[in-house]
Amino acid sequence: MPDAPGLELLRGEIELDHPGAVLATSFDRDQPALIVNPAQILDVLRWLRDTPGQRYAFLSSLHVADYLPAAPRFAVHYELLNRDRVERIRIKAMLADPAADDGASGQSPRTDALARPQDSAPTLPTIDSCVELFPTAEFQEREAFDFFGVVFQGHPDLTRILLPDDYVGWPQRRDFPVGGEPVTFTYNERNYG
Amino acid sequence: MAERLLTEDRTTELMTVNIGPHHPATHGVLRLIVDLEGEIVRDLKPVIGYVHTGIEKSCEDKSYWKVIPFVERMDYVSYFFQMEAYCGAVERLIGLEIPPRAKYLRTLFLELNRIHSHLVWLGTTALDLGAISMLWYCFRERDRILDLFEMATGQRMHTRYFQVGGVIEDIPLGFEAKCRSFAEDMPVRVGQYEALLDRNEVFLQRTKGIGIVSRERLLELGVTGPLLRAAGEPWDLRKTFDYLAYPEMDFNIPVGTVGDNYDRYRVRVAEMVESARIVEQCLDALPEGPFIADDRKYVLPPRSELSTSMESLIHHFKLVTEGFRVDPGEVYYAIESPRGELGCFVLADGSAKPSRVHFRDPSFVNLQAFKDMALDSYVADMICSLGMLDPILGGVDR
Repeated sequence: MPDAPGLELLRGEIELDHPGAVLATSFDRDQPALIVNPAQILDVLRWLRDTPGQRYAFLSSLHVADYLPAAPRFAVHYELLNRDRVERIRIKAMLADPAADDGASGQSPRTDALARPQDSAPTLPTIDSCVELFPTAEFQEREAFDFFGVVFQGHPDLTRILLPDDYVGWPQRRDFPVGGEPVTFTYNERNYG
Repeated sequence: MAERLLTEDRTTELMTVNIGPHHPATHGVLRLIVDLEGEIVRDLKPVIGYVHTGIEKSCEDKSYWKVIPFVERMDYVSYFFQMEAYCGAVERLIGLEIPPRAKYLRTLFLELNRIHSHLVWLGTTALDLGAISMLWYCFRERDRILDLFEMATGQRMHTRYFQVGGVIEDIPLGFEAKCRSFAEDMPVRVGQYEALLDRNEVFLQRTKGIGIVSRERLLELGVTGPLLRAAGEPWDLRKTFDYLAYPEMDFNIPVGTVGDNYDRYRVRVAEMVESARIVEQCLDALPEGPFIADDRKYVLPPRSELSTSMESLIHHFKLVTEGFRVDPGEVYYAIESPRGELGCFVLADGSAKPSRVHFRDPSFVNLQAFKDMALDSYVADMICSLGMLDPILGGVDR
């Protein structure tokens, strides 16, 4: 793992090529993380994958976490792995919830500007898909869309993967109640439904 | 001959066939939509989610220690690995060091579980290829492992043996001898399996040169574990990352050369022998001392203290009712499961319940390589490739 000074050096190098791409760094529990401007996520991922001496070429995991009540609320996590140096680094892209009430959630102007208008789903948080860079992300981005409603622009087939296609809602969000799903029995459905 | 048949000009139409979701050859509730041109697979789409039970969501409603039995039921064949990924992630969140004996015991049970998982794979996959007797031989040895689990933990499957801080109980008297005799027998048994399969003309023809995917493509697709090693990439988290007692263990990483289904079989079979070696080394070097950390804020006090110490009683009550709180933070912890990189991401928000538990399941990611493995092969070879992929649908769907 890059240590805390190494992480700052890495940030400096990325900033040289992509100014403004890295918003912050964090080094917590021996795990380094870069918090990245979601609009430049592909630039950073490509830089980390292709720059000689970095070669974070393996995407271990892509998942989303919901930090409610913090704002911006969602974060897409990219767990990158450099297999030569055996180093992991986490890239986080924070996404605001466009459906949230502007006054109440206290969004910063920066995140507002990033929530680009969408034709298909104007109320969902949006980020560029990294399937082109890491084909392994295909299923994982579909899973993130399925459970959090994060739209990955440019994904070849962004449909629900584990839940039924006609499911309504984003169940892994923190404001979706546990047990919010009524159990339907065909017997009850037929006789009383 | 297959080459000539595949390039032959055909006038047959494409036919879309649905396989599953409830078919014995899909090793679980997996549905495949396959475009066939005659007998040859031209396109393929796996449809998953039939056993999705929302385990990750349910975990958010449970205190940290109650999550352990939940995550065991994701990948129901390698439950010890699920526990280790989760418990290890929580231990890293709270900065809890586990005692050496617990490290060795965990390593011991993980490797027994790896053998168990590979035996289930070998039995069922050989069954798909018509080698029915393999199933009985593999399940005979598997039963000895389950007996060992039952002896140490009280349960044959889903043992809830690993705890945050160590393991719940020490191994009982007589376990060591029984385990040692199993570890000694296992390489002999593996030799018998090889004698049954390695000179079996049907098995060889069904596996050699089938389902080849290059190592570069596998890495792009994020494939890990025996599938990647069969393509010649010696990548094993047990060697590369420092966790549990693996740095002290002497074992080899079997790799293949071609990356076909035969190599996948060879790699897994060789891994069973290596795992048996690790089990023996764990028993040889098992350190004395406590089997669980002595931190009353996270670990239940010994039962005997409850009737004599008021303080222990209070700790016990607090841990059982509310559970322990974890300072805000997030951790990703990955281990080498029988199917590849099993990662667990835990997000703590300061309360006694995790705010997010996510598993990077190797079956889920590896399944993306299935299309590459099965494309332009016969339907029968697709079934063989699926078996060699070894997906556990409980882990895929979670």
